[in-house]
Amino acid sequence: MMRFLWPLIIFLVLVGFLFVGLSLKPREVPSPLIDKVAPAFTLPQLHAPTKQFSSEDMKGQVWLLNVWASWCVSCRQEHPILMDLSKQNIVPILGLDYKDKSADGMAWLREHGNPYWLSIVDKEGRVGIDYGVYGVPETYVIDKQGVIRYKQIGPVTVASLQEQILPLVAELQRK
Amino acid sequence: MKTILMVFMCLIPMMGIAGVAKDMAEDPVLEKRMIGLAEKLRCLVCQNESLASSHSDLAEDLRREVREQMNKGMSDDEIIDYLVERYGDFVLYDPRVKSTTLLLWFGPFLLLGGGGLMLFLQLRKRKRTLMETKTELTPEAAQRAADLLNEQKDTQA
Repeated sequence: MMRFLWPLIIFLVLVGFLFVGLSLKPREVPSPLIDKVAPAFTLPQLHAPTKQFSSEDMKGQVWLLNVWASWCVSCRQEHPILMDLSKQNIVPILGLDYKDKSADGMAWLREHGNPYWLSIVDKEGRVGIDYGVYGVPETYVIDKQGVIRYKQIGPVTVASLQEQILPLVAELQRK
Repeated sequence: MKTILMVFMCLIPMMGIAGVAKDMAEDPVLEKRMIGLAEKLRCLVCQNESLASSHSDLAEDLRREVREQMNKGMSDDEIIDYLVERYGDFVLYDPRVKSTTLLLWFGPFLLLGGGGLMLFLQLRKRKRTLMETKTELTPEAAQRAADLLNEQKDTQA
């Protein structure tokens, strides 16, 4: 009996590894920027292109940075959730219009509603690279000291908002 | 109308060429160096393609970024560090040797060594059991073996 025990154990361990592998999401690459200072940027505002906005101005408050674009299909999926969130006035959402034509971005916001406290434009995607953006939409939670605490890759869902983002925001705001 | 359409269709392949040309650096040496480096890096959008071969928008932007940094005189290692800072070790096709990748790098050798050790132990055990079970032949058995051998010799002859 013993001679079958070891191969069986090895087989079961292998099955265990493969089973865990099935539930991993290779699309969600862990960001090295978590718990690091958010890269500083100065970008033109979407609705006032001559005015610049600097990330320094957000120091002292907890905020969300939402990377979106008018060409991004799954942004439509998260949009109603962001609209809801903005109405609750819990946390300011900064919209980064990523690699988009400003006119398209503005038209998109007129059509679907504007959940953003302020919108800025990253036309060439350079700030996107600094933030390690690779799959729009992406959402960052940034604390009062300007440190990135959480990154959501892909659309914000009701579940991710209730279970991760909002509890984290509440905790960071208390600090 | 037909001629206009024909001319237009002839121009379609040119669009493709224009697209590629846009993505090239002025300096062919630099472009070669950039492609060489980009082949070692993974595109995050189409994860099984290198940064050199991917046609995704992000890959194009990152190639532009790499090109610009090479123009600034940064070394390949500095550029790799720059990308790893932003996108993590995931961009590297050749993972670095560090505490979290030790198993990845040396795991196969560990398995090979373990397998070899098990094979060695098994063979030694087998040899020992064979030695232990070796017993003297009884006179009858020896006689039978000799008869069988003789019989074989007869048929061969």
